[in-house]
Amino acid sequence: MSTVGRRALSAVDRRPAAAPRWRERCARWAGRAAPPAALLLLLLAGWEWAVRAFGVPFYILPAPSRIAGVLVADHAMLLADAAVTLSEVLAGFAVAFVVGIGLALAIFSSRTIDRAVYPLIIASQTVPVFAIAPLLIVWFGYGMTSKVAMAALIVFFPIVVNTVDGLRAADPDMVNLLRILGAGSGQILMKIRVPAALPFVFSGTRIAVATSVIGAVIGEWVGATRGLGFAMIHANAQLHIDLVFAAIVYLSAMALGLFVAVSAAEWLALPWRRATDPGAARPESGGGNG
Amino acid sequence: MGEKLRIERITKRFPASASRRGPGSSVDALVGVSLHVDEHEFVTLVGPSGCGKSTVCNIVAGLVRADEGTVMIDGTPPGTAGGRVAYMQQKDLLLPWRTVVDNAVLGLEVQGVARAEARAEALEWLRTFGLEGFERAYPATLSGGMRQRVALVRTLLCRRELLVLDEPFGALDAMTRSTMQEYLLRLREEYGRTVLFITHDVEEAVLLSDRIYVMTARPGRVRAELAVPLERPRRATDAAVVERKAQILEWLRPELVGASG
Repeated sequence: MSTVGRRALSAVDRRPAAAPRWRERCARWAGRAAPPAALLLLLLAGWEWAVRAFGVPFYILPAPSRIAGVLVADHAMLLADAAVTLSEVLAGFAVAFVVGIGLALAIFSSRTIDRAVYPLIIASQTVPVFAIAPLLIVWFGYGMTSKVAMAALIVFFPIVVNTVDGLRAADPDMVNLLRILGAGSGQILMKIRVPAALPFVFSGTRIAVATSVIGAVIGEWVGATRGLGFAMIHANAQLHIDLVFAAIVYLSAMALGLFVAVSAAEWLALPWRRATDPGAARPESGGGNG
Repeated sequence: MGEKLRIERITKRFPASASRRGPGSSVDALVGVSLHVDEHEFVTLVGPSGCGKSTVCNIVAGLVRADEGTVMIDGTPPGTAGGRVAYMQQKDLLLPWRTVVDNAVLGLEVQGVARAEARAEALEWLRTFGLEGFERAYPATLSGGMRQRVALVRTLLCRRELLVLDEPFGALDAMTRSTMQEYLLRLREEYGRTVLFITHDVEEAVLLSDRIYVMTARPGRVRAELAVPLERPRRATDAAVVERKAQILEWLRPELVGASG
């Protein structure tokens, strides 16, 4: 093979490998995290000051310092309840994920299923999930199953809808390319449709994990013997408002943690999306003038 | 030399948009188009946009069926299962989730060639095309010219003797385009691939081809055929090249006047 063109071209195309530096990245991240963190601290300080200045009783609105005290003092109980709620969330999420992806594939591959099922799935969103919660307790009891079902019901919708959208989003020209190469529909699904759908699946999942916590807590409010939602109802009834707040802190930390976990999984699973980061992209020297 | 591709009087109609014409009417995209490509030959279809050049490609590739007429690749119809020709378009169609080398091996992968073998072959071709050091890069980080080179490597790696190239360099700037043309000619000379090339660029057609079919639009039909028995490399300023460009433009003139009116 000749190397004439190779030499001529490589001189033009080479670029210094701009490896993103960890230090730079951390600095950028810290720069982004600092403003909201400062604002949060300011709000907490204002809250603390207001509670003290106006002498608000702790059973109406506890000061942040008092909530922090409860977080420390009752951490064993809170952690145990959080573990229960988290396992409900994860189980519900897993069920919804498996069933949702399966249904999305069915909707995508069959016109009949699409026409019959998809409108119903959309319409089902008009039913307030809160309304079903007592029924689920009747059907599945006070144990974990009813909460898992609750979380799964809430998570199901964004996963199905986003996955169907994703499977349909594949560039038809890419599908044709595979067809010309002699690929069957199975290969087209695995090599084009699924990879093209993944970003959609991840964005659906990101929405879903945060809301799955809501599902589990509603289930626990309606009827449970354990879990953070149960702890909240119990504490509320006894005017242990500081404990209610402590449970809320745990719940939002849990939702945030799940959100971050999904984002991290996306970062790992879709390295090509990182390549399109504007900081890493190189200017087009070709396209656009045809 | 054997005949690689023969197209016999193909006709293709597309349904007209209801807003413009009456219901049930159709637009003739191609009418009685016949052409042939011999083995190792570089044949170009040149014509204005909308003359049905791409429809010819899609029919040869097996994506679209002609309403009438026959298509034979190596003496048999292309069928609808694909896998008969290597096809390249103006859009590079690189899969954004695959690295350069993984994009290049796509054709071999579909054919079930062992991964290690496919990659070894791809790496060699990528080196030839000046893509060394970018094997593991994602397409989004490459320039338009580099992306199109990866697409060309992917096309070549399909191990098909007939390459169908549908305005492959249409979106590239002039300099990148002429480099790509050199690559393509070298491939033809060194590996004896058969090429059916589509372009609306008359100069590109004359610089590259052994034979040229000139197509006109509405309906798409072959207006003329022109052999270009000139030595390569050719220059755009060679008298013989200029003469043929003028001849083709003359054939296309009624077309160009009609299009601007």
